[in-house]
Amino acid sequence: MELLSGADMIARFLKDEGVEYIYGYPGGAALHIYDALFRQEEVKHILVRHEQAATHMADGYARASGRPGVVLVTSGPGATNAVTGIATAYMDSIPMVVICGQVASHLIGEDAFQETDIVGVTRPIVKHSFSIRHPSEIPEVMRKAFYLAATGRPGPVVIDIPKDMTAPTERYEYVYPKKAKIRSYNPVTRGHTGQIRKAVDMLLKAQRPVLFAGGGVITGRASEALTDLARRLDIPVITSLMGIGAYPQNDRQSLGWPGMHGSYESNMAMHESDLVVGIGVRFDDRVTNNVSKFCPGARIVHIDVDPSSISKTVRADVPIVGAADSVLNEMLGMLSEREQENREALDEWWRRIDGWRGERQGKLYEPAAPGEPLKPQQVIEAVHRATNGDAYVVTDVGQHQMFAAQYYKFNRPNHWISSSGLGTMGYGFPAAMGIKLSYPEEQVVLFTGEGSFQMMMQELSTCKQFGIAVKIINLNNASLGMVRQWQDLNYKSRHAHSYVESMPDFEKLLAAYGFRAITVSNEEDLPAALDATFRSKDELVFLDVHVDPYEHVYPMQVPQGAMRDMLLSKTERT
Amino acid sequence: MRHIISILMENEPGALSRVVGLFSQRNFNIETLNVAPTEDETLSRLTVTTNGDDRIIEQITKHLNKLIDVVKLVDLTEGAHIERELMLVKVKALGSARDEVKRTVDIFRAQIVDVTPSVYTVQITGDAQKLDAFLQAMGPVGVLEVARTGVAGIARGEKLLSIQT
Ligand SMILES: Cc1ncc(C[n+]2csc(CCOP(=O)(O)OP(=O)(O)O)c2C)c(N)n1
Ligand SMILES: [Mg+2]
Repeated sequence: MELLSGADMIARFLKDEGVEYIYGYPGGAALHIYDALFRQEEVKHILVRHEQAATHMADGYARASGRPGVVLVTSGPGATNAVTGIATAYMDSIPMVVICGQVASHLIGEDAFQETDIVGVTRPIVKHSFSIRHPSEIPEVMRKAFYLAATGRPGPVVIDIPKDMTAPTERYEYVYPKKAKIRSYNPVTRGHTGQIRKAVDMLLKAQRPVLFAGGGVITGRASEALTDLARRLDIPVITSLMGIGAYPQNDRQSLGWPGMHGSYESNMAMHESDLVVGIGVRFDDRVTNNVSKFCPGARIVHIDVDPSSISKTVRADVPIVGAADSVLNEMLGMLSEREQENREALDEWWRRIDGWRGERQGKLYEPAAPGEPLKPQQVIEAVHRATNGDAYVVTDVGQHQMFAAQYYKFNRPNHWISSSGLGTMGYGFPAAMGIKLSYPEEQVVLFTGEGSFQMMMQELSTCKQFGIAVKIINLNNASLGMVRQWQDLNYKSRHAHSYVESMPDFEKLLAAYGFRAITVSNEEDLPAALDATFRSKDELVFLDVHVDPYEHVYPMQVPQGAMRDMLLSKTERT
Repeated sequence: MRHIISILMENEPGALSRVVGLFSQRNFNIETLNVAPTEDETLSRLTVTTNGDDRIIEQITKHLNKLIDVVKLVDLTEGAHIERELMLVKVKALGSARDEVKRTVDIFRAQIVDVTPSVYTVQITGDAQKLDAFLQAMGPVGVLEVARTGVAGIARGEKLLSIQT
């Protein structure tokens, strides 16, 4: 039997749980825990420069690895600084455990120094939260927190720990709990066989089916089953923004991603389909556009681990509560007993889809003519080539994010990392850092904008301290491009505060931290700059690419329209 | 339509605020709310009456079920059930109104539980409609203060809301 203080239990538990890195920032209420971390070597702590960055680092790591990211912050401002990152993870169902120091139990409720009711503040943006009431609870609560964060529909879990719970003087028995038992929480795995059979039936008969795969396919490690199913049946695959990489995008059956800035062919196909099989998606408003005009001729099969996701926005004709992998594999099993009855209809369906593809072929944007400013799209295509389409690609939020999603092609899951649900500017840089730290041999590319980057640029200091060599591609349009685009379209180009005036000199900024920045403003210089950027995997390089500030992201769905109602360029619409 | 949802939840600090918070967060409405411990000290029972079409009620029950603190729930309005609410109400009882109040109290099978020269305190139980009707009947006399418990409910027959079943 081993007696440990609460603080030592935390450090020890993290080690036993196999946690390699935790990201955090110290302060009074967390100091016992920091001291415990100091006295061990297995769990490495990464000191960020702002707690929000710690949560995004954990989030990036979690998206790339599928394992919960772990954050440690102090009470009050430390914890409130983490809120944006918790909300970001919650919206995208990312597993995360956030340990917050809290003022000592006897002070709670007295507006003590650095006291914030963080359990209350984060209540609507966590999967669950715990407050520690006795040090001996710590191992069990932590085990539950990791279990909840990572299973079912994943999400962030907050553990609030009053300072006296971690006092070095009080020691209790520590055993790593083998299992977490929560009587009210039994995430489903297998779907209802009858419902699955119904769905298979529909798939074998549908004239114009599409598979619509989301983040749930990636977290549920169901890419293989999805790919098998799609190929066996020759059905087109659309992934949501969160699902990018769940199906190889270089495959003929991939139509890209749908929605507000989704591909022309995916929006057309989804709108015209007669069967949408949604797998681990939530049919959010950025996909469906006006729900009442959504897929007028389609029946909907919706597979999700989270029953509350089903029929939330779009009514499912066949709801299936179950884990993507298990349900898809059960479907595959049923295929062998059955005849496919829609081969001819599918040929016709593919002819129409190929027609849509053909219509837009080569007309998505005009690359810059010599002497003209670079187009952001062509920079992304060039980065795709320079990295062999193999990098972890992380984005911030804005036009550059949409361009990256459109023009970088992903053939594997877990490599497209972007704040989709919350759209958190500032997310990208720390998320990229979290990935690079755990995958040092891989290229980790951040596509950011000068607006987003300036929300988290203090983390250059963290990169310097820990030698984190991410590649930063700053698509610098000297404006809050996405805001500006909306102002162009909806406010007669009145650019209210969408300029970023007094832009920093990024070369000097990076130099201040001891890093190299390269500035590029024309096409001729781009290949050499990319070459220099990606030559090594061990150097942080900041590529400041001056791009056309007037470019818009297209397609763009027309507000309140159907999926197929899109602006295709500044002058064309469907 | 009005629904009565009964919830068994962990008797833990924070559980109630999660349930209540869910309603405001997701823009669901709460008409009445009643919560108290049960025969099992680890559980409390919360009963909420709410309004909504089938789609909304489905969302409410799904989201409630998703809360880690919620162990089990039932929409009582889906089957035969008993619904009760208790109300304490102070009414003006002066002059001729004194007898009038007393008569109405008897008609409703309510009880006068406290008396002053000018005020009766009445206790009445029943479903929400009965309580509303009583208040309406008292209207002309003068209702001074109302304390209602909110609806508690239970299924008829042998159906149980329990973690054993
Ligand atoms: C924290 C936060 N604040 C505001 C917004 C609203 N917003 C969305 S995109 C955008 C502009 C982003 O500018 P930049 O990073 O330069 O990217 P660009 O669109 O120019 O490529 C803004 C302000 C947001 N998504 N997140
Ligand atoms: Mg910009």
